[in-house]
Amino acid sequence: MTLQKNFEPDILGFLCNWCSYAGADLAGVSRFQYPPNIRIIRVMCSARVDPTIVLEVFIRGLDGVMVLGCHLGTCHYMTGNYYMERRMKMAKNVLKKVGLSPERLLVDWVSAAEGERFATLVREFTEKVKKLGPLGQETDLKLEQLKTRLTAAKDALAQQRIRWLVGRERELVEDKNVFGEKVSQEEFDELMFQTIEKEFAKRRILLSIEEEALSVREIAQKVGASPRDVLRNMVSLERDGLVSVVGIEGNSPKYRRAGGS
Amino acid sequence: MNEVRVGVFVCHCGTNIGGFLDVPELAKYALSLPHVVFSKDNRYTCSEAGLTEIKSAIAEKKLNRVVVASCTPRTHEPLFRSTCKEAGLNPYLFQFVNIRDQCSWVHMQDRERATEKAKALIRMGAARAVLLEPLEEIEVEVSPCALVIGGGIAGMTCALSLANRGFEVKLVEKEDRLGGTLNNLYKLYPTHEEASRLVQVKTKEVEKNPKLEVLTSSEVKEVEGFVGNYDVTVRQGGKDRLFKAGVIIVATGAETLKPVGMYGYDGEKVVTQLELERMLKEGRVNADKIVMIQCVGSRNEKRAYCSKVCCLTALKNAVLIKETNPDAQVFVLYRDMVTQGTKYEDYYGKARETGITFIKYLPERQPVVENGSVRVYDELLGEELILPYDLVVLSTPMVAHEDSRDLAQKLKVPVDENGFFLEAHVKLRPVDFATDGIYVCGCGHWPANVDESVFQAYGAASRASIPISVGRVKTEPLIPLVNEDGCSGCGLCELTCPFKAIQVEVTEKGRKAKVVAASCKGCGACGAGCPQMAITMQHFTDKQLIAQVIPLAEVIP
Repeated sequence: MTLQKNFEPDILGFLCNWCSYAGADLAGVSRFQYPPNIRIIRVMCSARVDPTIVLEVFIRGLDGVMVLGCHLGTCHYMTGNYYMERRMKMAKNVLKKVGLSPERLLVDWVSAAEGERFATLVREFTEKVKKLGPLGQETDLKLEQLKTRLTAAKDALAQQRIRWLVGRERELVEDKNVFGEKVSQEEFDELMFQTIEKEFAKRRILLSIEEEALSVREIAQKVGASPRDVLRNMVSLERDGLVSVVGIEGNSPKYRRAGGS
Repeated sequence: MNEVRVGVFVCHCGTNIGGFLDVPELAKYALSLPHVVFSKDNRYTCSEAGLTEIKSAIAEKKLNRVVVASCTPRTHEPLFRSTCKEAGLNPYLFQFVNIRDQCSWVHMQDRERATEKAKALIRMGAARAVLLEPLEEIEVEVSPCALVIGGGIAGMTCALSLANRGFEVKLVEKEDRLGGTLNNLYKLYPTHEEASRLVQVKTKEVEKNPKLEVLTSSEVKEVEGFVGNYDVTVRQGGKDRLFKAGVIIVATGAETLKPVGMYGYDGEKVVTQLELERMLKEGRVNADKIVMIQCVGSRNEKRAYCSKVCCLTALKNAVLIKETNPDAQVFVLYRDMVTQGTKYEDYYGKARETGITFIKYLPERQPVVENGSVRVYDELLGEELILPYDLVVLSTPMVAHEDSRDLAQKLKVPVDENGFFLEAHVKLRPVDFATDGIYVCGCGHWPANVDESVFQAYGAASRASIPISVGRVKTEPLIPLVNEDGCSGCGLCELTCPFKAIQVEVTEKGRKAKVVAASCKGCGACGAGCPQMAITMQHFTDKQLIAQVIPLAEVIP
């Protein structure tokens, strides 16, 4: 993508009603000035922010997202911000897979008394995104390619395997599982990373055969993966009833996406 | 479905918005948005005239969605919602757009870009408004009885106040007698009244009140349920007692920090103010040179807060020492003397007249307690002083009870970073918790002296008496909806919810998540984590959120 002169980033913030939104109001009451690039969407708790919504923001072409909650330990709903933090960590991982800088997603904490801190965070984040440039500048992807990848990433975050895993993270890492085993944070992160990779690859395949029937080789070319990896994913997608063979060309079966998600 | 008709009202807020944004232009822009059939700018939308305009527009223009772009929903959403309701429109069809606190006030130097941003915000608001759905408040019945946890001055006052209004009250105290912190104090500032007398008077009142039952040596073991219908298990003498409570008041107090390892603390020659109280009470202060050090273990990185009562406690104890031993030399080493209010500033002035010496030290040059003397850099003199002592008294802050987090967990209420209970809103709801039907007073909330604890206790009793007198409460309908066909009954939502407001039950269709509406606080954590994406958070649906994700380039092409 080409460099844009005087680039002004377009930023959305998701703020929780009780702490960060109140902090943003306090910045106003105190007349702390910050750049107008940010627009705020109020949610009752930062835990309301589904990671798929964050991906949707990028799909729609905005350049940065802030998700701000209460400081850890002071959540109005006891534990909401812990959930948000884990979910956003996952969203950052997915952004990396897409090829975007995870710094485009900022997770932080602002109390109702921290108007100054809010203004500072917005100033710094606006500067950071300005340096990163328009969405996708850090990749060599065309806009359409980027959107397809982001859509695949969003679809991946809607998959129950990933959502289940992130929902159990605290338990798995802090407590023991039903077999009395405890998972270390490193092991968990690795497991999460692999799961994301797998789901992302599958979702990219599905998107590639939404409009046209393709062979494994053609899919591999289209998504930039090895035919062997694609084949392995096809087997599992076929088993889940997500793809079907619609014809055979030479020796290669041609696949299309089949119903379901 | 009826045609969606949105009306947008843009407020000048005097010059607060109008001085920094092109408000007439915003109103004009709003009218160009999909489904917007009416727009208007008002000098003050929240004035009687402004509200009347909203009501008549709802009637005349047949509006079924109202958007107000003005200050902040945190102060004015309730007003506009009730205005809609008065005009016959469901209050949940109202949408707030914040263009003052988060726009005109923070972009005062750039009228053009701030106006563009406000346009985008209004467009976002209107887009969400179109998707809003009417919701009905949830009503639940309330048992007319209260549980007060903690039998200190705050708890006793609160329990009495409620019992005197005719409600059944259970007062649970962990120790074997009532009185709490007051049991460890000698005399109270500024009147020098004996703490034990105050305890005696209150205890007697509590004991003879027929509506009030005291459970000493007891602890709250478990709390289930929701406002109006709490099921409480209290453990007393190895036995569990179960009872219902419509409301719960937390009055658990605080403890004083033991400064182990600080300033040579040994409990004999170097003691805390609390230990000094006991020595004074028992007439055991055999010292002529006394050095008090303020802010020991507070207002630092670990504990940023000011414990507020220690300055006056030190003053009071210094005065008491001077009263019995006028020749005693008393030094108070302070960072800032905090004695706000007419009574207390006056008390400070009088204390100075008794000949107590005050020395200001700097946090970066802490006093040092050495063998037999205290070395301190006097900021005002600009030199170091060596003060010989017979007794050093450390003013340590009140800290939260270690088990306050435990209790918070049981009640599902938050604590702050220091372990003190966290109110719903620091200014507007200072004795309420966000959880309906639970209230807080006394030092468990924040270090407070006796009169403040009593104020708060009356406040909490007054707030708590509202639901139990009315007998019914309404709760906000911001609750999740479970799509049963999508739900796999996995139970992750149940695990996520700290309020037990969503639980998996066995139904005809198998295991399905069910919402306990009255327990739900509306955070939406369950929905954003549901593996099947089968939970819709009402009033904050995915659709309503995503509708607001509009790139600025679409607003300002």
